[in-house]
Amino acid sequence: MAQPASRPVFAPWNDPAAKPLIQFKSVTKKFGEFVAIDDVTIDIFAQEFFALLGPSGCGKTTLMRMLAGFERPTKGQILLDGKDLADVPPNRRETNMMFQSYALFPHLSVWENIAFGLKRSPMPKGEIGPRVEQMLKLVRLDKFARRKPHQISGGQRQRVALARSLAKAPKLLLLDEPLGALDKKLRQDTQFELMDIQEKTGTTFLIVTHDQEEAMTVASRVAVMDHGKMIQIDTPDRIYEMPNSVYVADFIGDVNIIKGNAKPTGEGRFAISWAEGQPDIAAASGAGIAAGTPVHFAIRPEKIAISADKPADRANAVKGRIEDIAYLGNISTYKVELANGAMIKAQVANDRRLARRTFSWDDMVWLSFTDTAGVILMK
Amino acid sequence: MNRRFSWFNATSLTLGFAFLYLPMLILITYSFNESKLVTVWAGFSTKWYGELIHNEAFLDAAVVTLKVAVMSSTFATLLGTMAAYVLIRGGRFYGRTLFSGMIYAPLVMPDVITGLSLLLLFISIGLDRGIGTIVLAHTTFSMCYVSVVVSSRLATFDQSLEEAALDLGCTPFDAFRSVTLPIIAPAVISGWLLAFTLSLDDLVIASFAAGPSATTLPMKIFSSVRLGVSPEINALSTIMISIVTVGVITASLISKRSIVKQRAEEQKAVRN
Repeated sequence: MAQPASRPVFAPWNDPAAKPLIQFKSVTKKFGEFVAIDDVTIDIFAQEFFALLGPSGCGKTTLMRMLAGFERPTKGQILLDGKDLADVPPNRRETNMMFQSYALFPHLSVWENIAFGLKRSPMPKGEIGPRVEQMLKLVRLDKFARRKPHQISGGQRQRVALARSLAKAPKLLLLDEPLGALDKKLRQDTQFELMDIQEKTGTTFLIVTHDQEEAMTVASRVAVMDHGKMIQIDTPDRIYEMPNSVYVADFIGDVNIIKGNAKPTGEGRFAISWAEGQPDIAAASGAGIAAGTPVHFAIRPEKIAISADKPADRANAVKGRIEDIAYLGNISTYKVELANGAMIKAQVANDRRLARRTFSWDDMVWLSFTDTAGVILMK
Repeated sequence: MNRRFSWFNATSLTLGFAFLYLPMLILITYSFNESKLVTVWAGFSTKWYGELIHNEAFLDAAVVTLKVAVMSSTFATLLGTMAAYVLIRGGRFYGRTLFSGMIYAPLVMPDVITGLSLLLLFISIGLDRGIGTIVLAHTTFSMCYVSVVVSSRLATFDQSLEEAALDLGCTPFDAFRSVTLPIIAPAVISGWLLAFTLSLDDLVIASFAAGPSATTLPMKIFSSVRLGVSPEINALSTIMISIVTVGVITASLISKRSIVKQRAEEQKAVRN
């Protein structure tokens, strides 16, 4: 859906005058000899929904725990609103965290859990009650205020944990795999609920997740991490369309990676020779690549069209035999084997009923894509 | 595997339990004996329980014993809980292994050695022996038991609960008081009951630590028995057996119930 033109786009990271809320300045964290975080620098802006994405053990949770105050950086600085956090203990930080295990206090009711932080804040006693009621309404748990955590369902517990961490109106809310324990359907509903709550409260959210779909859905920007290093920080669409490395392209979604050698053909166009007997791939790139440079060409399966005859208007077309078809309901993935044995995946939306499918196993087909459909990656 | 209740099993079970409980059964039975002669049965009576109430010496000793038990178990619970907390939560500090070994060593130390070493300590620092020294001595050996009970509960405690408390604005002490302590309370209470019963039956250590001014009940019983066993002592012992039994059963029920409850809740959480 197109946004009305009058609505300003929220992108403080493109505004050089914008002041970041959180700054990591060359932060390194070591556990003994093990480097958990390796020289990370990030700026996170107020009201962002920022996602840290990576496989388990990549250091994303350590990064978050340093913000909460449970770990200290070995080197570097973390600033919140321009102030160094190094000597601020967790109980004095203007951040709150929603734990992966929810960490609800089992001996306290839902109401008391949400009031827990408020009772330890300068908030006057008379305002605590209304604030708790407001939070309960926000997460739609008004009816469960007197229940203990073990008397409510997993989804409700997750919402109590969210309400508890939002109650003190923190400058920054940290969410550690908040939806990990929920089943898929509930997780998707909750993702939209989270975005809604984030918009309503105007709080800055930092979410840690290993689920790329979740990160893409909720976040304004995604940071992809691997082995303690920041690989790419960008908006979800750019992370998907313009990955900066084979690692990011492969980690986010499905992708065909083709190894070859690039040769400039002028005006940001390149020809990639990649296999004997196959035509060169025509691709575009903004980077200056010298002739003969080994590169990776990455193209998403849904950007490859499949047809019986060779299309005349596409920059790239290769012929192959359908090896396998994976039917996923809304889409089908065709695995096509080329003459040289290379396997290319193409994805087609199933806009017709299955019985009327045009192609079947062992059919010879043409795969085609434009010269701007894929990206050339150097690493 | 043969799971049938064979004759062999039945015999070993009977022998085992007889070996453990026959002496106590005899003692309890004879406490209801009408006759003054302990070994001659002359019919059922509760008159020795009645006489016991009028025996000043026994009553005084009972009061001393209760005072000692309440105070020493309370101190032992405080110290033992603190020790357990440091051992489980303190991370890997220098000398941790030595410290944890030293906490558990008194569990296997012979009472005579504990008693003797305490006696030497009290004499060398010139401490007058009385109720105070017995309390100190009992605290020393029973805090180990408390710390074993409490640390096994702390080991299964989800540490993110404490982190959540800190995150929501608690100081570390406030987090312990308002989150950790209420959750581990069953273990602390059963530790206290254990310490209480241990103090109640101790004879050896109390004999070393006590002075002429304070005599505990086990000491009193032991010294009277040397002049001959009276039915009154049987009655007294029966009362002590019941107190200890109630204490031990309550302690184990409390800890077992909290474990069962915790398991059930964890399983429920996993299922949801």
